[in-house]
Amino acid sequence: MQHYTMNLNLKVWRQKSGTSTGGFETYSVSNISSEMSFLEMIDVLNERLIKEGGDPIAFDHDCREGICGMCSMVIDGRPHGPWKGTTTCQLHMRAFKDGDTITIEPFRANAFPVIKDLMVSRSAFDRIIQAGGYVSVNTGNAVDGNAIPIEKEKADDAFAAAACIGCGACVAACKNASAMLFLSAKVSHLALLPQGEPERKQRVVSMVAQMDKEGFGSCTNTYACEAECPKEISVLNIARLNREYLNASLSGS
Amino acid sequence: MHMLDSMIPAGPLEEKWTRYKGTVKLVNPANKRKLEVIVIGTGLAGSSAAASLGEMGYKVKAFCFQDTPRRAHSIAAQGGINAAKNYQNDGDSVYRLFYDTIKGGDYRAREANVYRLAEVSTHIIDQCVAQGVPFAREYGGLLSNRSFGGTQVQRTFYAAGQTGQQLLIGAYQALERQVALGTVEMFSRHEMVELVIIDGKARGVIVRDLVTGELERHFGHAVLLCSGGYGNVFYLSTNAMGSNVTAAWRAHRNGAYFANPCFTQIHPTCIPVSGDHQSKLTLMSESLRNDGRIWVPKQQGDNRKPNQIPEEERDYYLERRYPAFGNLVPRDVASRAAKERCDAGYGVGSSRQAVYLDYAAAIQRYGKAEVSKHNLGNVSTEVITNLGKEVVKEKYGNLFAMYEKITGENPYEVPMRIYPAVHYTMGGLWVDYELKTTIDGLYALGEANFSDHGANRLGASALMQGLADGYFVIPYTLGNYLADEIRTTPISLDHPAFVEAEKKANDRIQRLMSIQGKQTVESFHKRLGKIIWDQCGMARSEEGLKKAIADVQALKKEFWSDVRIPGEVNAMNPELDKAGRVADFIELGELMCVDALNRNESCGGHFREEFQTSDGEALRDDEQYMYVSAWEYNESGWDLHKEELNYEKVKPSQRSYK
Ligand SMILES: Cc1cc2nc3c(=O)[nH]c(=O)nc-3n(C[C@H](O)[C@H](O)[C@H](O)COP(=O)(O)OP(=O)(O)OC[C@H]3O[C@@H](n4cnc5c(N)ncnc54)[C@H](O)[C@@H]3O)c2cc1C
Ligand code: SF4
Ligand code: FES
Repeated sequence: MQHYTMNLNLKVWRQKSGTSTGGFETYSVSNISSEMSFLEMIDVLNERLIKEGGDPIAFDHDCREGICGMCSMVIDGRPHGPWKGTTTCQLHMRAFKDGDTITIEPFRANAFPVIKDLMVSRSAFDRIIQAGGYVSVNTGNAVDGNAIPIEKEKADDAFAAAACIGCGACVAACKNASAMLFLSAKVSHLALLPQGEPERKQRVVSMVAQMDKEGFGSCTNTYACEAECPKEISVLNIARLNREYLNASLSGS
Repeated sequence: MHMLDSMIPAGPLEEKWTRYKGTVKLVNPANKRKLEVIVIGTGLAGSSAAASLGEMGYKVKAFCFQDTPRRAHSIAAQGGINAAKNYQNDGDSVYRLFYDTIKGGDYRAREANVYRLAEVSTHIIDQCVAQGVPFAREYGGLLSNRSFGGTQVQRTFYAAGQTGQQLLIGAYQALERQVALGTVEMFSRHEMVELVIIDGKARGVIVRDLVTGELERHFGHAVLLCSGGYGNVFYLSTNAMGSNVTAAWRAHRNGAYFANPCFTQIHPTCIPVSGDHQSKLTLMSESLRNDGRIWVPKQQGDNRKPNQIPEEERDYYLERRYPAFGNLVPRDVASRAAKERCDAGYGVGSSRQAVYLDYAAAIQRYGKAEVSKHNLGNVSTEVITNLGKEVVKEKYGNLFAMYEKITGENPYEVPMRIYPAVHYTMGGLWVDYELKTTIDGLYALGEANFSDHGANRLGASALMQGLADGYFVIPYTLGNYLADEIRTTPISLDHPAFVEAEKKANDRIQRLMSIQGKQTVESFHKRLGKIIWDQCGMARSEEGLKKAIADVQALKKEFWSDVRIPGEVNAMNPELDKAGRVADFIELGELMCVDALNRNESCGGHFREEFQTSDGEALRDDEQYMYVSAWEYNESGWDLHKEELNYEKVKPSQRSYK
C-alpha cells in the first residue's frame, strides 16, 4: 500500500447550539497522511483551531472502531462517507486525494435535532426501544441456555439484524427521514427468536406507534437506507416488519 | 498502614456464596420503593445492575457520558464471554474456571471472589440467552464455544466478533424496559464530577450535564460506580476515546482506596501504531490466536515480504517457547514475548515494532476439512484455499474486514502485522466481598473495581465479571446494606454536603478555565501516555519508575499552569470535559508508578526487569508481596494498606505454560 499526504479544503457545518442558525465554514488542512482516519484528520484541525483561539468542531465519537454507533457525519452528501459498510470513524483518508474539497454536515432529520455543529440528538431511538424492543425477562428467570435450541440459520439471521449499531445513518440517508431500517432490524432480531414470541405482536405495534410519534417519516421503499447502513442491514427486514405489523393488526392486538 | 478486611464469609469455599445468600439481610418490596440507588455507568456492569435493581423495585437513577446507554465501551468487546457450562464435555467445571482464573491472575486475586464468579458464570449465559442475545450456534441448534488464551477447554461463548455488542444490547434493552416502567431514570450525556458524602456514607453525586454545562445534584441511599477501566491513562489504548478514570478518581480523592493500580494489561494482538496522528489503537481479538500462528523471521532485520520467507526461516516463537499452550499462552506472556523479539531486532513492518499473525495454515486446514466434509474428492489447491477462506470469513470476517479498512492490506492474502497495546486494567477501586469500597454505601462494579483478575486477566473474563457483578452479585449484597437504610428519608439537595461538593466541582472547573495557557489538553494527554508507556508499560524498572514519577509531577505542574481550554463553562464544551479527565489521569499515572515501584517482584502484567528468571519469565515473590496494595489518598501523597491474600484451595506455584 502506497502512503501519501494531501492538502484538503473542508466545508464544515457550524452551529453554536440547537436554537441558533448554522452555516458552512471553510477550512484548509495540509499534510494529511493517507494512513489517518477521517476523525484523526478532524482532530488535527481541532488542535489547530484551539491553538488559534477558535472553537473546535463538536462531533460525536467514542469507540472509533465502527461498533458503538456514536459517530455520525454526512460526508460529501453521504452518511458516514464514501466507503460502503463503513462508519465515519473507520473511514480512512486514503479515500481522498490531494486537493479534494470535502463537505461535512450533521445527520439531518426532524427527529434528530442538532445539539452543536455535527452533533445531533438520537434519543428518539432509545424511546423506540422503550416501547417494546426487549424480551420481558427479569434477572434470575432464565432456564438453561441449551434448553432453547435455535436453528442455526435463524440464529444467524437474528444476529445479522441485531448487528445494527443504532447510528441513525438510515434516517439521515432517507429523503423522508424514516426510521424503518433501524426499527425493522430490532423487530426482526426478536421476531426470529423463540424468546421473542410471547410479545411478538404487541411489540411491533407499540414500536411502530412510537416511531410515528417521534416524527420520523414514512417508508417509500427507495432503499437509500440499506445503501448507507454501515452494518449493511438488509431491507428484507423492512419486509418482515411489514408482515409482522400486518399480522399483529389483523389479529387485533 | 492497616490490614484490610475483605469480609469474606466463613465456611468452605464452595459454600460461601450459597451461605451468604441464605443469610443476607433482605429489604421488603414496600421499602424498596423508598430506596434510591445511583448507578454511574451503563456498560455491562452498570446496565445489568440498573436493570436488575429496577426490576427488584428500587428507585434507580443511571448516568452515562455517551448519548445513549447502548454505546458504553463494553460494546467494543469482540471475542467472547466465559462460563463453566461444560457443554463441550471437555472436562470443564466451576472449579476449573476458578483455578484457571486464579492461576492466570498469577496468584494475586482473592479466592472467594473468583470462586463466586465462576459459580455464577453459568447463570449469565442463561440470562443472556433468555433476553435474546444471538450467541453463535452449531447446526444442531445448541450453543457454540471456542477456546481463549490461558485455558485448555472450550468455554467461551461468542456472537461472531461482536460479543460485547450483543451482550450490551441485551442489558441495554433490559434497562430501557425498566426506564419505560419508570423504575429507572436515565441521564445520558451526564458526567459524574464529584461524590457527596454525609456522615461517612456515600449519599449522592454531582454531575455535569454535558449539553448545557450545568452542574446537578442527585441523591441516593447508595452509589454504584460502574464507570469502566483507566487504560486511557496511556493515551493510546484499545479503549473508547471517552473512557476515563474520573468517577473512580473522585471517589478515591474522597477516601476510597485504589487497589493494584500498576496491574494493567497489554494485549498481544493489536494493529500497530501507524504514525503520530494516531488517536487510538484497534484490537484484533484474541480469538484470532485460536487459528492464527504468530511468527517473526529467524534473521534480524529481514526485509523480504512475509510470503517470500520460507517456512524454515520463520520463528514461531510462542510455539517454540511454550509448546504446551503455544499461541494460546496468556496475554501477558504473549505480549512480553513479542516485545522481546522486536527489541532483539526481529520485528517486522516499517516501524519494526510488529510481528506476524498468519492465517495461511488455518486456511489450508479448514479448506481440507471442508473438502472431506462435503466429499469433494480430488480438488485443486485453489479450491481448497477458497473453501478455507470462506470458513475463516464466517468465523472472523468482521475482524479481517476491520484490519483491511485500517491498514489497507488484505489479511486473507498477507499475514497481519500486530503489536501489543494497552487493553484492560486489573487495578481499580478496592472492594470487599460485597463489592463495597472503603466508603460506606459506595460500591464499584465491573472494570472499575480491582476484584477478580489479580495481576493478569484471562480473555473473555471481563464480560463475565461485569455481568456477574451487575446481574447476580450486587442485587444481594446491596440489600445487605440498604436493609439498614429504610429509615433514612431522602436527604435534601440543599444539605451543606451537597452545596460543598458542588462548589468543589465548580471551583475546579473555574480553575481549569482560568489558566488560558498555550498547550492543548490533547498534547498533555499524549505526553502523559508516553511517560507511562515507556516506564510503566510492558517492562518496568526502579530507575525508570523513579524518573517517571518526577516526570509526571512536572507534567502536572505544567498542565495546571499552561493548559488551554477554549469555549465556555455553561455550554457544551468537550475540551473542558477532556481536561477534567486528563487532570485525573495525571494523578493516577503517578500512583501507578508508585505502586509499581513498591512491588519488588514480577507478576502477571507487572514485569519488573530486576525480577526475572534466567529464561526471562516473571519472578514472583510470594513471601513479601502476596497482598493487594490498596492506596489511600492524602494531600501529600499516598498511604499503603494491605489486604493479605490467603490461598486455601489453590497452592501458588510458578505459573508455567511450557
Ligand atoms: C476492544 C476491546 C475488546 C474487548 N474484548 C473483550 C472480550 O472479548 N471479552 C471480555 O471478557 N472482555 C473484553 N474486553 C474488556 C471488556 O470489554 C471491558 O472490561 C468491560 O466491557 C468493561 O465493562 P464495564 O461495564 O465495567 O465498563 P464500560 O463498558 O467501560 O462502561 C463504563 C460506563 O461508565 C460511564 N462513565 C464513565 N465515566 C463516567 C463518569 N465520570 N460519569 C458518568 N458516567 C461515566 C460510561 O458512559 C459507560 O456507560 C475488551 C475490551 C476492549 C477495549
Ligand atoms: S440500520 Fe444501519 S444505518 Fe440504521 S441505525 Fe442500524 S446500523 Fe445505523
Ligand atoms: S465512533 Fe463508534 S462507531 Fe464510530
